[in-house]
Amino acid sequence: MTDPAITPEVIAAHGLSDDEYARILEIIGRDPNFTELGIFSAMWNEHCSYKSSKKWLRTLPTTGAQVICGPGENAGVVDIGDGQAVVFKMESHNHPSYIEPYQGAATGVGGILRDVFTMGARPIAAMNSLSFGEKDHPKTRQLVHGVVEGVGGYGNCFGVPTVGGEVRFHPAYNGNCLVNAFAAGLADADKIFYSAASGVGMPVVYLGAKTGRDGVGGATMASAEFDETIEEKRPTVQVGDPFTEKRLMEACLELMQTGAVISIQDMGAAGLTCSAVEMGDKGGLGIRLDLDAVPQREAQMTAYEMMLSESQERMLMVLRPEKESVARAVFEKWDLDFAIVGETVAEDRFIICHKGAVVADLPLSQLSSQAPEYDRPWEPTPPAAPLEDVPQIDPIDGLRALLASPNYGSKAWVYEQYDTMVMADTMRAPGAGAGIVRVHGTGKALAFTSDVTPRYVRANPVEGGKQAVAEAYRNLCAVGAKPLATTDNLNFGNPEKPAIMGQFVGAIEGIGAACLALDTPIVSGNVSLYNETDGEPILPTPTICAVGLIDDVELAITDTAREGHVALVLGETTGHLGQSALLAEVFNREDGDAPAVDLDAERKAGDFILANRDMIRACTDLADGGLAIAAFEMALAGDVGVVLDSDDTPTLFGEDQGRYLIACNFDQAEALMGAAAAAGLPLQTVGRFTGDQVSFGASAAALADLAQTFETSFASHFDA
Amino acid sequence: MRAAVITFPGSNCDRDLVVAFEGAGFDVTRVWHKDTDLPAGIDIVGIPGGFSFGDYLRCGAIAANSPICQSVVAHANRGGYVIGICNGFQVLTETRLLPGALMRNAGLKFLCKPVALTVADTDSVFTQNYDLGSDVIIPIAHHDGNYTADADTLAQLRGEGRVAFRYAANPNGSADDIAGVLSANKRVLGMMPHPERAVDARHGGTDGARLFAGLAGMLATA
Repeated sequence: MTDPAITPEVIAAHGLSDDEYARILEIIGRDPNFTELGIFSAMWNEHCSYKSSKKWLRTLPTTGAQVICGPGENAGVVDIGDGQAVVFKMESHNHPSYIEPYQGAATGVGGILRDVFTMGARPIAAMNSLSFGEKDHPKTRQLVHGVVEGVGGYGNCFGVPTVGGEVRFHPAYNGNCLVNAFAAGLADADKIFYSAASGVGMPVVYLGAKTGRDGVGGATMASAEFDETIEEKRPTVQVGDPFTEKRLMEACLELMQTGAVISIQDMGAAGLTCSAVEMGDKGGLGIRLDLDAVPQREAQMTAYEMMLSESQERMLMVLRPEKESVARAVFEKWDLDFAIVGETVAEDRFIICHKGAVVADLPLSQLSSQAPEYDRPWEPTPPAAPLEDVPQIDPIDGLRALLASPNYGSKAWVYEQYDTMVMADTMRAPGAGAGIVRVHGTGKALAFTSDVTPRYVRANPVEGGKQAVAEAYRNLCAVGAKPLATTDNLNFGNPEKPAIMGQFVGAIEGIGAACLALDTPIVSGNVSLYNETDGEPILPTPTICAVGLIDDVELAITDTAREGHVALVLGETTGHLGQSALLAEVFNREDGDAPAVDLDAERKAGDFILANRDMIRACTDLADGGLAIAAFEMALAGDVGVVLDSDDTPTLFGEDQGRYLIACNFDQAEALMGAAAAAGLPLQTVGRFTGDQVSFGASAAALADLAQTFETSFASHFDA
Repeated sequence: MRAAVITFPGSNCDRDLVVAFEGAGFDVTRVWHKDTDLPAGIDIVGIPGGFSFGDYLRCGAIAANSPICQSVVAHANRGGYVIGICNGFQVLTETRLLPGALMRNAGLKFLCKPVALTVADTDSVFTQNYDLGSDVIIPIAHHDGNYTADADTLAQLRGEGRVAFRYAANPNGSADDIAGVLSANKRVLGMMPHPERAVDARHGGTDGARLFAGLAGMLATA
């Protein structure tokens, strides 16, 4: 088989612009061959090079006393005391999941788990943030079923508990669903493994599953918009095998104990190419690979296919040569492939040999360091038009309408398909704010949350970006966890459009400001651009996952409201209805500005909750749906009614930020009032938990009746 | 008291089961599936949940043919105690130590949630710590937990007091609401719910701990 000639069409099909191709010619001083062109396209696509986003990502706060390793490695590493660290990251698998929902979502989960255990951490928690088109769109049902089954199918088999996440529906996702997968692992802080190779002549070892043709060109696919030819892209979606991944994790963690590993990198996007270049580049070394030694699943694979394959469950490692037999034994025990496929070299070269010939010979460091970087033109998002009048409505009718929407109904249909308890350390399963996992065998726990309100970000990217971080921060404080750090998954449309780039720039500004003010640095992340179909972009969706530490599990706020408890709201209520859930779900309107975020007030309110954990029985942040939804959910969790004094629409459904709903007994409420007054924080009694009704002023309904609506709304849309 | 917990490739509740046994006072040895012999002096063998061999072919089928399972069968045939949880239950039916089979859930979806089980028999080392007819809360997490057996077998299980637990509200279509069954000598228990996930008041409750505590109490005095 001869390789295709390098024509302008072939160059364009690799997603390389004329300028980028000219740059390649300049770097290597000759025409690349087909394999080399493939390697450049893999390294220089948006997905791998972050060429449109890098300039802005650099502005994010990434450091802090708690940060052991920030962005740039497979995952971020954060100190949790006692010589332990939490290792976490979030990553998107949007484009593959739209094309092939089960496998796309499954391999998204597989990829993020690999990122975590590559660092030497055993995964202990997973979350996922899913965005789908409108519930009645013909494609949505298939996507919801496929994606949820795929997430579950992989994570359940692998054996990591899924402890949180989000599911939303909006017409802007009709042509592009979002599947963002998060994983966190636990490691000893002094036993973290990194990707930088060291030492010349060290063996480069291939571990895990065999290489097939699946996923060739996947990363390039994720760097372009969709159009009507989307069906042709199905072969670029990888196929997952969680059983192999589970064995790969066990084998890697066992191997790391032996001292055999110099550096290790998982094969994700653009597989062998990206992982080898990453290890060489970070270590200031070249790499020589012999493709004949690569374990292959299919016959007659070309060098091009092997270098671009995205076959799953594979790792590349630089090994201490004297430990080869120890390492090989570990992989044989787990029935996994172990092959020496190359070595580190002193010169700055990336040399690929196949069938006795050199099929690629490129300057390695320039593959990543010379990758293009763009300062794309951007336009600031214009200020939102003022909110039109919002009529007063019967508040119970308003609540009922929210509960009947799959956006605000119970997500049990989704999370009951995930194993939320494997590893037997789950203190709080999904369905009630942040998930909590005990740090195995200790009195500490970690809390996890995933948040963003895309409507806010579209209306006001800066405030919307801040809000995503602030909500995550609040969700952690509300369970008594000290927020430590965050990971971001920035999902946007086509960055070549200045308005979209403006959303991106604005959101980063807001996220950065909030992470700085709340001391929750970004330690890892992922960017997914080109989420557009036929020119229609998604809502800007910068998903924020945050991790917090509960220093003493006995102080976690995990109780429920009880009969006789007082309902208190911490933080100021002005009744901001712009971009609210009520407007969207009841009035079918998405107007007004996003709520403003006062970061100083957020910090003070969070500190107050943490300082008074022992006096708070139940706590939740107030987010979309406002006090009405929060009070209902707290009542339902405690199986007790709630009586709120107000029946005012803005008071009940407004989405002012920086607020928490607290339940506690009367004496505790008195004490909290005193503490809040001393701290200068607004804390007011809004009602109490009692009986079996939900009452907002004069309007009331049975809790059981509302619970029925809440618990069946999701299933009734997707099971019927 | 000594327990052995088997690990197959794909087992993912093996550690959890070790923790539960240890919490009840057992000295636990972990055993790899390629081993051929159980450690000497073992009182009980635990076969954990998970996805042994990826659930490929049929849940539990490949594990049932792995080297260690011959020793587990021999141990049971000598009157030894065995508990198989979730995938472990599937393995036990595949080895024929327990009758019946576990099919895909009636709703076709994986299902994970705490469920109420009614204790249907207390005449075994596994269930003697519970009150007959009482409800206990133990989580389930499975895709293939729909118990089935022919009518004669079901009648026999019922007649011989070999149904250990029934679902209070059947989540998966199991025949006769069966969540766990015992062997004829009541020394082998297979159950789909996970008692090892209910051994800590801070997570999952403690209804599962009573199973392990009962086991420890009985074996210690045996």
